[in-house]
Amino acid sequence: MYQIVTKKVLNPTVTQMEIAAPLVANKAKPGQFIILRVDEDGERIPLTIAGADKSNGTVKIIFQIVGATTEKLGHKEAGEYLQDFVGPLGVATHTDGIKKVCIVGGGVGCAIAMPVAQEFHALGAEVTSIIGFRNRDLVILEDEFKACSDRMFLMTDDGSYGRHGNVCVPLTELLKDGETFDMIITIGPLIMMKFVVEVARPFGIPVTASMNPIMIDGTGMCGGCRLTLNQDGKKVTKFACVDGPDFNGYEIDFDEAMSRGRMYSDFEHRAHEKTCNLFRKA
Amino acid sequence: MAIIPKKHEMPTQAPEKRAHNFDEVALGYTPEIAVAEAQRCLNCKNQPCVKGCPVNIHIPDFISRIKESDFEGAYQEISKSSSLPAVCGRVCPQEAQCESKCTLGVKFEPVGIGRLERFVADWHNEHANEAPTVPASNGHRVAIVGSGPSGLTCAGDLAKKGYKVTVYEALHTAGGVLVYGIPEFRLPKTIVAKEVETLKAYGVDVEPNVVIGKTLTIDELFDMGYEAVFVGSGAGLPNFMGIPGESLKGVYSANEFLTRSNLMKSYRQDSDTPIMKGGNVAVVGGGNVAMDAARTALRLGADHVYIVYRRSMEELPARREEVEHAEEEGIIFKLLCNPVEILGYENPDDKRDPKNGFVTGIKCIKMELGEPDERGRRRPVPVEGSELVLDVDTVIMSIGTSPNPLIKSTTKGLEVNAKGGIIVNESGLTSREGVYAGGDAVTGAATVISAMGAGKLAAKSIDEYLSKKPE
Repeated sequence: MYQIVTKKVLNPTVTQMEIAAPLVANKAKPGQFIILRVDEDGERIPLTIAGADKSNGTVKIIFQIVGATTEKLGHKEAGEYLQDFVGPLGVATHTDGIKKVCIVGGGVGCAIAMPVAQEFHALGAEVTSIIGFRNRDLVILEDEFKACSDRMFLMTDDGSYGRHGNVCVPLTELLKDGETFDMIITIGPLIMMKFVVEVARPFGIPVTASMNPIMIDGTGMCGGCRLTLNQDGKKVTKFACVDGPDFNGYEIDFDEAMSRGRMYSDFEHRAHEKTCNLFRKA
Repeated sequence: MAIIPKKHEMPTQAPEKRAHNFDEVALGYTPEIAVAEAQRCLNCKNQPCVKGCPVNIHIPDFISRIKESDFEGAYQEISKSSSLPAVCGRVCPQEAQCESKCTLGVKFEPVGIGRLERFVADWHNEHANEAPTVPASNGHRVAIVGSGPSGLTCAGDLAKKGYKVTVYEALHTAGGVLVYGIPEFRLPKTIVAKEVETLKAYGVDVEPNVVIGKTLTIDELFDMGYEAVFVGSGAGLPNFMGIPGESLKGVYSANEFLTRSNLMKSYRQDSDTPIMKGGNVAVVGGGNVAMDAARTALRLGADHVYIVYRRSMEELPARREEVEHAEEEGIIFKLLCNPVEILGYENPDDKRDPKNGFVTGIKCIKMELGEPDERGRRRPVPVEGSELVLDVDTVIMSIGTSPNPLIKSTTKGLEVNAKGGIIVNESGLTSREGVYAGGDAVTGAATVISAMGAGKLAAKSIDEYLSKKPE
């Protein structure tokens, strides 16, 4: 069992927790993920690590309540326990040789983008952050990004806070003005990452995208997290859990990934409704 | 006394009933049947059956105890050699091992050794509640990577010799393939849990949620004070065919399909883990895993389940008994049939149609057997123009696995072969001092009992290594 040490509600649908998991904290690097189960008989869900404190032995997770499992997780309080918590899994974000980086985060993806931005900042790289949200109420981690970025663009889709527009707007402006980066790292909804790649393509700037597919074991056994890369005209199957979650954005078949991500949307919707009803009764 | 020519039949659930539930198919011998079956054993001098057993169980000795109705005594005989008798009695391919060597089998059916082993283990689990005598500690610590059949066997053998053993498991439950792979109806999970509890009673520690190669490395295990490590991390990433359509929704690897149903319990209505149920299902492959996947799909409510296999029944690698059970339950065998494409739904007028991207069928081509290959198996060759489409909603790829890269990539000096399997010598030792390996991580996908044999061999080698090692 793994204790929830702290809990903080970041916005109406996004919650942050620190979990006591010393072995995981000891190894965790930006870009890696964990798998957790809320309770016995619960589902295994992957969540990207939002930070780790080696001295306290805690791992920070930030999650959006989207389904039955995250709903249950959201109802847990500090001091309570999670059934299982395993990691760190996946390959850490590559930082070698990157002196100038643009981090493009969308929605709850910003929670995962944050430790990556912090890592680059700590390594002395020049960090440009572009973070986007649907509206003012959903903005998270603004101060954290400010602290680790040389410049920051905060966007909202409806213009209720920061600049009006999506993350591609400032990215396009920067690149058109002749700005270059050693790497653009994008983390967020698949459709956003797909467009970030398209914005960068004419300028030939490398893009890394962090994928978050459906997973079960997370250790390279089930193959549920597979995605297709187009490498030199050849289709190659890769597994996000052991080969990723970061991949070359230009190679990813985003349309396929989006389709696969909806495999259980019907089930998930019903399960979430059922769980919400349970909490309403209780 | 006249010899009874045939084995006493195993009582089983009727096919039409069991095809709709996840309860165990075979019900087990009663004490009366067990004693009668034991009496068929000739107790011959040279004991060929023992040589046929990968862990060399003293088979005639335990059978003699059954003849005397001393079932606990029989269990004690088996447990000298095997740490998982209730498992082996169910999933070992006895027909190719101990029973294939049985003297009685020359003229008649061999003694039902597997059925007797299962009976004895179940009897013990039901009746015995005495804690085992824990041997005095010898002060040595050994770490085991993976709690599947090889790891549990290695752990059990070492613990019985006085070693302090810790088993690290990546998943949340101990048992490896015994819990995520083999279905409930063939191996109830309570039986696996019971075997693990028995090992714990011998002082074995089981640590779930630790991925060796990620959470801890092999080198760190040595730093933590373990003096030897056994790697039984099992088979790895599932193989796919590389045909169009394998990323459509409704295409699973057998590992994923079985893990969802077995480990995550999605066969139960109350499970949080979804799985595609019902409709028509095609399982590609002909091994035991393919049979497990097909029979699971049937129990989940499929209308028709096809096994699609590119060779003929003669080459089909699954155990005969499993094939027979599958046929009785109504699984349809499409033999000499090879998939060339998986077809999916696409609404050209509506990109947002929720049915888009789901499987609608599998296109196959008929095969015929040509010249034998290097292993002597006749090579299947496609018959031109013989394409056919099976209308299915789910496709399960059961065509083997490739070794997991996590341990290899984080352990310096650990040599692997061209396929990625860990290289070991005849005593189970890898290229790293003090690191032993066995099971699927070495051989690629094989059987539970061969993994147990490897775990047993490694335990013996580790014992020899640490007994000789200067303090």
